[in-house]
Amino acid sequence: MTMTQTAPNASGYKSFAIGEFKFSRDEYFVTVEWPTGSHQMAIDQWLRCLQRDIAWGFFYGIVNFDSVIGTMNHYGNVDMFAGRFNDAYRRAEVDYSENFEHDDLLGCFKAMLSDWTNEGYDPFAAPMETGSAFGPSRGHNDEAISRRRVVASRMVGIPGDEPLRSDETGHPVNRGFADVAQDEPIIEAEPGYEGEVCAFNLFAYLSRSDVTWNPSVVSACKESLYCPTTEEFILPVIHGNDRVEWFVQLSDEIQWDVEDRDTGAKRARVVMKAGDVAAMPADIRHQGYAPKRSMLLVWENGSPRIPEMIAKGEASVHPVDF
Amino acid sequence: MTQYTTVFGSLDDYAKGGVEVIDDDPKYYAFSNMFEVAGRAAPYEKVAVAKNLEYVLEVIRAEGTDEWRAAPHDEFALVMDGTLQVELIDPDDGLVDSEAQGSVALASEPAGSRMGRVTAGPGHMALLPAGKAYRLHSDGVAVVLLQTIEGPDTVHRWAEICQTV
Repeated sequence: MTMTQTAPNASGYKSFAIGEFKFSRDEYFVTVEWPTGSHQMAIDQWLRCLQRDIAWGFFYGIVNFDSVIGTMNHYGNVDMFAGRFNDAYRRAEVDYSENFEHDDLLGCFKAMLSDWTNEGYDPFAAPMETGSAFGPSRGHNDEAISRRRVVASRMVGIPGDEPLRSDETGHPVNRGFADVAQDEPIIEAEPGYEGEVCAFNLFAYLSRSDVTWNPSVVSACKESLYCPTTEEFILPVIHGNDRVEWFVQLSDEIQWDVEDRDTGAKRARVVMKAGDVAAMPADIRHQGYAPKRSMLLVWENGSPRIPEMIAKGEASVHPVDF
Repeated sequence: MTQYTTVFGSLDDYAKGGVEVIDDDPKYYAFSNMFEVAGRAAPYEKVAVAKNLEYVLEVIRAEGTDEWRAAPHDEFALVMDGTLQVELIDPDDGLVDSEAQGSVALASEPAGSRMGRVTAGPGHMALLPAGKAYRLHSDGVAVVLLQTIEGPDTVHRWAEICQTV
């Protein structure tokens, strides 16, 4: 299913449509319309959500842009929904969901993000590090919105795998991590083993991240993926889990609001400080708040079988039984 | 420009958060703190602090010299406190079943070629390559978070380490 787009409106922005969903923006808001309703969000929030959903390839499970709009990944195809995980919409039977091929919805989102992101605004950046998303159309910022997501096959820094970051690669130390040590481990490899004795400074690597709330893979033990990320301000999306996910707080502090995945009812708040480890169960959704740029290790089991295993009762929605 | 202070934890200086329950069971979050776990662990116990089906994250209190170990898959040691040394040997013969999971202790130092050594401090992450033998050592005490698969020596003490109320 292909998207359609219109000529620019009075503010200079195109409108987009895919399936029965229509998207338009003005100077402050996005308006989303579907057969049984409509919805508005602030455009800066919308662009931050859109950016993550694109960068993550719709991620694991549900990416709620807010309490109404979002996507649900079926790994190959994707649901775009309105009110699907909102108790009031469901009870009123005005929720709506439509399934798209992964590449079709991704293409629509990418075109929308490109047209609606103005010069000087970076949806990956913390609010204090970027310009304004608001106002009439004024240029584009395609370089910022098309960053490549790091996915190491074994470990960052291994010859042939994802490279380390440095000033030379365009990754200066972030202002929030100016005090993070940049030393590297001492590697003493015997002749012939230079490429096999490997280590790197993960904290220094993360201190040079130029994005927020964007997990990238730095090491892989089969389907066990270390996906660290640097966080500042608010996780733009409310991530609904389709599997157990783990957080390891490497530095500073993040507070998480946890809600029931299907209804949005509040279940808990999780306060995580450096060294804390916590699971996010497979039946919740969560949104994080980081007052200072911090390092979070997101740990995922990337197996595509897990949602089906949970549905069949072969895997639990809880991390461990004790 | 504002000067920020990045807060890392250590065995001697850490603060622990927690789960503030609204309508839930705190056990569903398996909340723990790796420095607290390491502070109560015996040297080189492999205490699981996170588990996702067969995969685990283990906290290891590295103190003195461990036995030689090997796993049929890559493992990754992230140093969170202290200084850790990793010795590596490329064995002459296969040490572990290729279908096995997790690392196993070796009876003695295996015959093979010395690959080299890594000295890692806080924030440093070392590859423990599949099929190679490795031995961890710390002159003092180091805290290591190990990305691996549950094996015969993985220790589960969830009720002791996790928030329950």
